[in-house]
Amino acid sequence: MNRFKTQLAGGIAWIIAILNFFPIFWMLLASFKSEVEAVQTPPLFFFHPTLANYRDIFALQDYAGYAFNSIAISVLATLLMLLVAVPAAFAMAFYPGRYTRDILLWMLSTKMLPAVGVLVPIYLLSRDLGLLDTRTALVIIDFLSNLPIAVWMLFTFFRETPKDIIEASRIDGAGVGQTILYVLLPLVAPGIASTALLSIILCWNEAFWSLNLTAHNAAPLTAFIASFSAPQGLFWARLSAASVLAIAPILVFGWISQRQLVRGLTFGAVK
Amino acid sequence: MATVAIRGVRKFFGQLEVLHSVDVEIDDGEFVILVGPSGCGKTTLLRMIAGLEDVSHGEILIGGRRVNDIAPKARDVAMVFQNYALYPHMTVRQNMSFALRLARRNRAEINQRVERAAEILGLGQLLDRSPRQLSGGQRQRVAMGRALVRDPQVFLFDEPLSNLDAKLRVQMRAEIKELQQRLKTTTVYVTHDQIEAMTMADKIVIMRSGHVEQIGAPLDLYDYPVNQFVAGFLGSPAMNFLEGEIADGAVITADGSRWPLPTTSTGYPTGQKVVYGIRPEHLTLGEAGVPARVQVVEPTGSETQVLLQAGGTTLVAALRERLPAQPGAVLHVTVDATRAHLFDPASGERLSSIFPVSGHKK
Repeated sequence: MNRFKTQLAGGIAWIIAILNFFPIFWMLLASFKSEVEAVQTPPLFFFHPTLANYRDIFALQDYAGYAFNSIAISVLATLLMLLVAVPAAFAMAFYPGRYTRDILLWMLSTKMLPAVGVLVPIYLLSRDLGLLDTRTALVIIDFLSNLPIAVWMLFTFFRETPKDIIEASRIDGAGVGQTILYVLLPLVAPGIASTALLSIILCWNEAFWSLNLTAHNAAPLTAFIASFSAPQGLFWARLSAASVLAIAPILVFGWISQRQLVRGLTFGAVK
Repeated sequence: MATVAIRGVRKFFGQLEVLHSVDVEIDDGEFVILVGPSGCGKTTLLRMIAGLEDVSHGEILIGGRRVNDIAPKARDVAMVFQNYALYPHMTVRQNMSFALRLARRNRAEINQRVERAAEILGLGQLLDRSPRQLSGGQRQRVAMGRALVRDPQVFLFDEPLSNLDAKLRVQMRAEIKELQQRLKTTTVYVTHDQIEAMTMADKIVIMRSGHVEQIGAPLDLYDYPVNQFVAGFLGSPAMNFLEGEIADGAVITADGSRWPLPTTSTGYPTGQKVVYGIRPEHLTLGEAGVPARVQVVEPTGSETQVLLQAGGTTLVAALRERLPAQPGAVLHVTVDATRAHLFDPASGERLSSIFPVSGHKK
């Protein structure tokens, strides 16, 4: 590529990045405005920042409780996912059967159904099992709904590993568990990390089931945001502040693990 | 160390039968090479001995024990893979000791075994390197070291030299053979390279399309092939084949030239169509014999290979002496009739017999 093209590509990348970032930036600004300033047209870029919204939020709601739920649900659902998806992807990648392709497609097809389509059965199931407003319900739902994507991702990563290496370890005397633990996992660690990361992000941001199946005890941060869209009208600045508080942990987490994520998504062959 | 017996072994991939009732008996300490063109089933057979493929029918015994339903890890075999299959995240030492660590041997014993194998293979300086820091030849040695430290019942090699350059391949060939003679471990080795098979094996198993064509010592197969496929597969340059008909105590080819019948048998039926086989080194150029026009002269230094137009086809002659002739010159070719072969043109089976044929078909 010549210099002009490189610069053009760089320019386009910047524009896309800014378009992506701007709403979050705007939300961040709004969270420090008063309610009047927040809805003003033309929009204000310069104003006297205030922490009033944040003070109100901490006074009105139990942020720590919601955050704890978010963390607990994301982490547990992700661990459970790894426990099932790693062996599943291992079997599919290294010992494919006649129907492996079909199973993979079928698993993915479950994601094509809109969640609301199964709202009533799942709600009834949760109610009858006594799981309404419990973290258990959300852990199970998040775990199962991320499973197809996780199996797909891990399957792709595992297939990059030469089959010979897996066979060599079997002949060297390793059982399936030992092969996964000592040979496969170290080789695909970046892939596992990015799958886990993606799962945590998806669980963290999951709103539909959180809103429908939890009330207070098990409500995560997505429900926390929703609790500020009050029927008395929108408190734009306060809602922004709540959103900032809800996404801040995952944003920081994502920032720290960005390297791992990129490395995983561009995972090359090991030879 | 152990014997390996393959009895009536068949293999299906879905509906496709890739091995048709294969029987091979391997003695304790023997170096056996499975050789044949791609797709002949040799690698599948090796993987079945290793336990990486199921046995569809028949049975495989290692040291007298039926292993059909025994997992690879319990078979006590070690395998060297074509692409070496080293564990990329482990050092050379860790690669070599992996099996011993899994078997929970004590540390002193592991170190001693690894160091001994490293010494045998000249890997002493490389033990703390990772595989990606090694050259192809070194990786090959590590792969062998990993097999060696285990002191298994059987070594399995799957085309281990095919990724090396020509010079290194010749060197490793001799090293593997020397090592096997020293350790006396039963070895099954797969290759498509007939030179490797000829130079290394105690016993060669020639396979084609899932069938065993012939089993025997390298020179026996070379001198007494049971069929045209084996005759053409072993030897470089390959055996010459001429189509003709038996008449008047000779084989007459379409152009009318006469080729003497193999002298070791008699009573060939006149009028039978045959394929006449003669190896390049059993042709002589001189004043008498069948006229032959020189097409190309290829001096290799140690010998001279000459492409000749004779008997209605192109023949290759391999001569120890150098040939001053130019392309286009007409010479005369004679054959060593004691070394000629006759094959049936339809089945490819050998017709003449100059020696009780060892090995068998099917």
